[in-house]
This record gives sequence, structure tokens and C-alpha cells, in this order.
Amino acid sequence: MMQRTMNMTNSDLETTGRTSDPMSEVTSFRGLETRSVHAWFGKHHALAGVSLRFPERTVTGLIGPSGCGKSTFIRLLNRMHEFIPSAAMAGSVLLNGSDIYDPSEDPAMIRLKVGMVFQKPNPFPAMSIRENVLAGIKLAHLKRDNHDDIVEQCLTRAGLWKEVKDRLDASGGSLSGGQQQRLCIARSLAVEPQVLLMDEPCSALDPGSTLRIEETIKELAEKITVIIVTHNMQQASRVSDFCAFFLTDGGPGYLVEADSTRKMFTNPSDPRTADYVQGKFG
Amino acid sequence: MSTVVQSPDQSKVEPQRPWAVKRVVRATNGLRLAVFAVIAAGITLVTPLANADGWALAFLLVNLAWTLATAARLGAKERRDAIVRVVVSSLAFLAFVPWLSIFVSTALKGYKGLYPGYLFNDMRITSYDDELTFGGVGHAVVGSLIMVAIATILTLPLGILSGIYLTEIRGRLTFLVRFIVQSMAGVPSVVAGLFIFATVVQSMGRYSGLAGGVALAVLMLPTVSRTAEEVLKLVPDDLRSAGYALGARQWRTALMVVLPTVRAGLTTAAILGVARVIGETAPLLLTSLNTNGFVWNPIGGTLGSLPTYIFAMFMYGSEYSVARAWSGSIVLLALVLFFFLLARRLGGRNERRTRVGVGKAASTSAGTK
Repeated sequence: MMQRTMNMTNSDLETTGRTSDPMSEVTSFRGLETRSVHAWFGKHHALAGVSLRFPERTVTGLIGPSGCGKSTFIRLLNRMHEFIPSAAMAGSVLLNGSDIYDPSEDPAMIRLKVGMVFQKPNPFPAMSIRENVLAGIKLAHLKRDNHDDIVEQCLTRAGLWKEVKDRLDASGGSLSGGQQQRLCIARSLAVEPQVLLMDEPCSALDPGSTLRIEETIKELAEKITVIIVTHNMQQASRVSDFCAFFLTDGGPGYLVEADSTRKMFTNPSDPRTADYVQGKFG
Repeated sequence: MSTVVQSPDQSKVEPQRPWAVKRVVRATNGLRLAVFAVIAAGITLVTPLANADGWALAFLLVNLAWTLATAARLGAKERRDAIVRVVVSSLAFLAFVPWLSIFVSTALKGYKGLYPGYLFNDMRITSYDDELTFGGVGHAVVGSLIMVAIATILTLPLGILSGIYLTEIRGRLTFLVRFIVQSMAGVPSVVAGLFIFATVVQSMGRYSGLAGGVALAVLMLPTVSRTAEEVLKLVPDDLRSAGYALGARQWRTALMVVLPTVRAGLTTAAILGVARVIGETAPLLLTSLNTNGFVWNPIGGTLGSLPTYIFAMFMYGSEYSVARAWSGSIVLLALVLFFFLLARRLGGRNERRTRVGVGKAASTSAGTK
């Protein structure tokens, strides 16, 4: 099986000049890392042996045909996989060096650090725009006193502030689809996650909204790690620093190739990757 | 074909509704139905058909006859269409007949006893035989509301919690809980009353409004719990996932995301439960009995209520007391109707608000309505 581990010594990363604790630098990799992760739904083996590294403050695009386990993989990264009754997994997922599946870890705390934006916009209908942004803080019992600042800051980072600043008390359901999705992004940002997972966030949106969200993703990458599942090749090439290509041969999905986006789209090592990114199948 | 438009059309155009029925046609149809209604009323006078249900049947027959007569000049397809239409709408109308019949006969028999003081007076110094301009049903309304309030306070948290257990937690006992709640719906109300008599009434040593409220709660719980479960099932899983993905624990998500989303539905559940038990008579005869005067203390002793008022008045059997029973029935029907309308109103308004959202749009849509 072909598994390549992403090259983390990327020159772009070095130049960001992050200052960090020298102790952890020695012992662990900063960011998210998976080590031969498998996933099952009942007897069905959905994902086999994926090892990947997502360095801090990068955008990684997960590409591949439908049913190859991308969404399953992304849901493993913040322990949303376990909500499916028959689900099982193997391997380990490390966030800054510690295994999130360790029995001592609290899944709610993991999900606070690794946020998620879903394919369908899902703002809370009973809450106003403002309450939606603050929902995570209330739900997770976080202590914050500058609520107005958080609302403005998160909506600005999600590229929605200008459009809604005069109607923060309107229902979240009154926004258009694209605005709702950006509201969901703002909601995820309010709890200050270290990693943001996005499961096809633009699949239900028009080109204009898609563009706004892509700009948002690029801005987010200055502070946090973004992992995005997408079926849109142009989108992957526009927003991501790294790409990972998943495939299935009828059995479990697996990782074919992972590399910098430029290499994946211009000179991939595997012919199947080349065929896929050029639109020859999938 | 190629077109380029620089700016939107500026010419004045009146909005029209080409699909709407013409006003003249609507007026003649209305006039025809009014004439038929009068004819039907005439038929009830000269034939064995009588009362509201007789009139409704006569009205249907006249309509059917008219359709058959005019259908003769139509083509085969149109004729079939016209006949099917009148049969279907007649059957729909027929479903209203029992409902209409109950309302009309209650109103006809009970209106004599209604006077402005009827809702505010009691029967403490008025005997059942007195003129209908004395006494009233105020004490019974108060008693009914007290007991229904007790039942609601007991039932609502239990019903919502069992709904949450069945839809959110989905624990190992889901099947058992659902089975017990549903079989509780089949408990005859007199048995529920007997059970509360044997427990609450006998341990307290006296009849009381509290016992009545508890008996009503036993009957109300299945309705509330069932409706709450149905309503909670409608909450999309997306919202729960969104809550979990924000680092919320399950109970927190249920409390702060799922419940507020269905606030309107849960209000409806409570009100449907109230409407279900407000007319219960048998359990109250065994637990709270009846009084003739205002009682405000739910644990002090017997407490009047509308159903037991009606029951007592009817059992007394004199001309005026039976008339009082019918007047009490009007008040009871009005209360049930009020609760149903309230349920619809509360359920409907919140739905519209979440759909339309923006305050301005919501107020204009309410204004045009």
C-alpha cells in the first residue's frame, strides 16, 4: 500500500517564525498527525492505514472520488466518528504529540480544540446571529467577558461582519446559504480552535459565496491549521498548501499520495493522482 | 436570438392574478350556496330531517342535486370531474357534521343560562333550581384551572425528560420507556382516578384538588410525552453534530440547542395535554368531588371543576339545573377551543419567525394576515 508521509520541512513554514516551547519542539510535532489510522462501520472496513501530518498554520486539501473515506477520515480527527453506533477505529491521532483517543482525554475538550464546519450550513435556528457566534462559548462553559468583541472579531474573520453588523439580533436562519455557512465558520472560530476541519464547506454554495469562504480560509491559515475536504479541484489548488489524494479499489479507502499542492497538481509521483487531478476519472 | 438589457424595465405594470377565480364567479357561487342553505332550512321544517345534522344533510343533497342537474349539459370528462368534485367535498363536509352538531346543539340548549355574571359567580347561595340569572360557573372554572395547572406542572418536566431520553440519550431502556408510556395512554380514566383515590386521597384522609391534579397528570403524561418525542425527533441531527463539534457535552447540547429549537412544539405538547384532560370527569369524581363555592386551596378539601359541575347539574335533573349543565358545557367547550387555538397560535408563530427571520419581514407578513 502506498503511504507517504507529508514533508513537514516546508520552507514556507520555516519563514513563519513561530516561537514555541523548546521542550515540546524536541519531543513532539506541532500540529495534527495521524499514524496508520483505520476506520470501520460494523464489518465494513472504510479506511485503511492513513498516516498524514498536518503542520500548524497550513491548509491541507483532502481530495478523491466519493466514497473513498475522506469524510470518515476527517471525522476521526475530532472524535465525531464515534457518534455512529457501529463505528470502530484503529491507529492513533496525535494533536501536538498527545493521542486524542487516549482514555484520559475528554472528547468534548478535543472537539473544542479541533473544530468542524459541516457540508450543509447548520446555524442554530432558535438563536440570533449574535447568539449563534457565542453558542460555543456558552455550550462549552468557557469564561469570556468581551462578548461584543468576540462577535465582531469572529464575524470579521469569517468575512460576514459587514453584511450583518446592523442585524445581529436577526435569526441565523434569515441569512442566505453562503452567509449561513460563514456564520457557522464564525461560530467555530469563537471557541478558538487550533485546528478547523471543513467537510465540503462550499458544495451547496454559489460561486460568489465560495470565493468569500476561500478568502476566509486563507486568512484563517495565518493562525490555525485548516483541513478541507473538497470535490472541486480548482478549489483545492487555490486554497491549500498541501494536498492528500484518497482512493478506493472497491475495498477500504486509502491514501495514495500526499505532497505540496504545487507538486500534486503539476508533477505528481503517482499516475493515478495525475489522472484524477486532470479529471480523467473520479 | 440575442438580447442585451442595460437596466430593468421602467414601464408601469399592474400586478395581476390570471389564475384566480373571477370575482363575479365567486359572488354567484356564494349566492348560490346561500340560497341552498335557505332551501335546506326549509326542508328541515317540512320533512323528518331536523336539527343541525338534518340541515347539513339537506344542504348536501341540494348541492348534489344541482350538480347532477347542471352536469347534463357538460361533456363526459367535465361531468365526471364535476360529480367527483362535489362527492369529495361533500364527504369532507360530512366529517364536520358531528362536530357542528355538537356545537350547535350545545349552544342552542345552553345559551339561555349565559349572562355576564355567569363566569364570575358561584352556586354557594344559589340553589340548582333558581332562575338562570342567578349563580354561575366561576368556582368550577377556577377549580378546573387549578387542577390542570397542577397536572401541567407535574407532567411537563416528566414528559419532556422522557422525550429527551427517547430521542437524545437513546439508552438501553428506550423500548421499555416507550412501551410503558404508550400503554399508560390506554389506562381508563376511571382506573387512574381509583388509583389516586387509593394512594393520595386515602393517605391525606380527604378529597382535594391536589389529588385531582395528580389523577389528571396520570392521564396527561402519555399525550405530553408522546408529542414531545415526536417534536424532538424533528430536530435535524446536523444541529446536534454542530453542538458536539463546538465542544459541548450531550446534556448541554440537548438543553441549549435541541430544546430551544422546538420551544413552540413543546408548548403545543403541553397545551394538547391540557385540552386532553380538562374535560375528564370520572377521575375527578373519585379524587376532588365537587363544591358549590369558590375554593382556592388545592389541599384544603373538595374542589369544584367544570366536568363535575356539569355532572352534578345534570344528575339533579330539574329544568333549570339541566339548562345550567348545558351552559357549563359551553364554557368547557370554549376553554378547550381556547387551548387548541393557543396551541396553534404559539406553534405557528415561532415556525414563521424562524423561517422568515428578519423582524421587518415577519411583521409585514403578520400585518397582511
